[in-house]
Amino acid sequence: MSSQPQKPAGLMTPDRRKFLENAARGVAACAAVGALLATHAEQSQALPVQALRPPGALPEKDFLAACVRCGLCVRACPYDTLKLASLGVDHVATGTPFFVARKVPCEMCDDVPCVGACPTGALDHAVKKIDQAHMGTAVLVDEENCLNFLGLRCDVCYRVCPAIDKAITLEKESNTRTKKHARLIPTVHAEFCTGCGKCEKSCVLTEAAIKVLPLKTARGELGAHYRLGWEEYKKHNGPLVDGIIDLPDRAPDMVAPPAAPAPGDPAPFKPLDLNGGFKP
Amino acid sequence: MTAATPAEKLGAKPAHVPNRKARADVNALKTRERGIWAANRYLILRRLSQALVVALFLTGPLFGVWIARGTLASSMTLDMLPLTDPLMLAQMLAAGHWPEGLALIGGAIVALFYALVSGRAYCAWVCPINPVTDLAHWTRQKLGIQSKGWQPRKETRYFVLGMVLATAAATGTIAWELVNPITIAFRAVVFGATAGLTIVIGVFLFDLVVARRGWCSHLCPVGAFYGLVGSKALLKISAVNRTACDDCMDCFAVCPEPHVITPALRGAPAGASPIVAARDCTTCGRCIDVCSQDVFRFTHRFDPRTTDPAPAVTPTREAV
Ligand code: SF4
Ligand code: SF4
Ligand code: SF4
Ligand code: SF4
Repeated sequence: MSSQPQKPAGLMTPDRRKFLENAARGVAACAAVGALLATHAEQSQALPVQALRPPGALPEKDFLAACVRCGLCVRACPYDTLKLASLGVDHVATGTPFFVARKVPCEMCDDVPCVGACPTGALDHAVKKIDQAHMGTAVLVDEENCLNFLGLRCDVCYRVCPAIDKAITLEKESNTRTKKHARLIPTVHAEFCTGCGKCEKSCVLTEAAIKVLPLKTARGELGAHYRLGWEEYKKHNGPLVDGIIDLPDRAPDMVAPPAAPAPGDPAPFKPLDLNGGFKP
Repeated sequence: MTAATPAEKLGAKPAHVPNRKARADVNALKTRERGIWAANRYLILRRLSQALVVALFLTGPLFGVWIARGTLASSMTLDMLPLTDPLMLAQMLAAGHWPEGLALIGGAIVALFYALVSGRAYCAWVCPINPVTDLAHWTRQKLGIQSKGWQPRKETRYFVLGMVLATAAATGTIAWELVNPITIAFRAVVFGATAGLTIVIGVFLFDLVVARRGWCSHLCPVGAFYGLVGSKALLKISAVNRTACDDCMDCFAVCPEPHVITPALRGAPAGASPIVAARDCTTCGRCIDVCSQDVFRFTHRFDPRTTDPAPAVTPTREAV
């Protein structure tokens, strides 16, 4: 420091220098802490697979921008389905609402009180009826242990489903083990499944064979350019491309060939010449 | 500045304060002379107020009588009064979500209240962390811990506040809520998310061991935010009776933001207003509690009354 008299004004008076130094230090320290926090925030966006968001929840990232962790949805739920995540233990972003279907599923209140109570729109107020909700979708994940797949009659998931015969149906197929019985396969139709988790909750196995999974995990997605021929046919009332020749169907000798396809049905699958393929 | 600094005044030790350095005897004199209530009135009222806030949210889950639902982040009282933390709203907007629902109205009500009454009244009268950091400070005094420890600058909290909003904008999520000890503490009590108490203990230890008054008076972005909201608030402390000050320094010892006292208490020679005007003041009233000379009182920000002798700011009225 100079011992000469200070100039009263100037670009770098000692006061201003001190101020700038302090400001720089404050900004640097906060930037460092902020970077840590941001990293933590990025990691916290990974929701554990068994944790489901309340009905109407925005996509996870938008939800974490909107939800103020107030718990009003939790309070509105008459069945104590929803919980606020506790710091660290639930592996869900601190303070945000979630539920675990196998513990307490959503009872699918008609008027969705949890959504109505949300002050921020983190639960989308456009969801006025519970059947508009998609908290996830049920997937019969374990075909080897599901009793119906084993040829027994359990049907519990099917029967408890509040959207029975829409969200889950039982599809009959032949039992190849006994060769004389049918198997009734619980089949989920994601369009109607709200992800309430009642099926998962009720599955009689020690570990549920049917589980509600987040949509992102459970669902595939057709490429935007995909066209399903049979639907296009319906839409246009005829084939999209004229002049496609329908080749005769081939079938093994034992099996009667299927009935002639309706015009516009997709061309049947024709295996390549397997001998020409990869040889070890 | 002609007024003596507190440190200088400390030299002239009045006889009735036996051991000023250890400060374990803060408020002893008034308690002895006037009783526990007179010496702790606002402290007791504040603890009741903080307990009441929690109680309003707890009657529902405990007894099925629903008064307030939700948390301090956003709540619904008696099914008709929506309240939302405006800082939470600000983070939400920074993260890129425009609220639908009652959050905007609730936020406006809360912001208006603190802007009019006293910004940091939130800290002194509502916040669940305040009893924790007060306890840490009390423990320091009882243990006679002299060292202040790490003392970041008082303005650091504004940088932290900036960081809170910046991380929300950068991550597109309300990132600060992952670690905010205030809401975590409140949810621990009201929603039983007790794992969060670890972070509350962390704040306690930080204030006890690392930094004297470290969290609330230097770092907390929520306190900083409410301080800014209440920059022009009406409810203020006045050192109305400052001529009676006997320099016992008890007010400085108990005040969480002692720098706010000096201009008002020592301002008489300069003719400064007796109002504790700084936005850092939490209007906790602890200075009123401990002052055996009744120097301080609650008043509004435009109240210029003092008992200064000669050129009083206005004609004196009887100040009580
Ligand atoms: S729909 Fe009903 S049961 Fe399901 S989460 Fe909402 S309030 Fe709870
Ligand atoms: S009510 Fe809305 S903002 Fe509040 S915790 Fe539930 S989802 Fe989040
Ligand atoms: S989660 Fe299960 S019970 Fe609920 S709607 Fe979907 S299939 Fe039905
Ligand atoms: S400074 Fe922060 S933690 Fe302390 S009382 Fe105020 S809001 Fe609460």
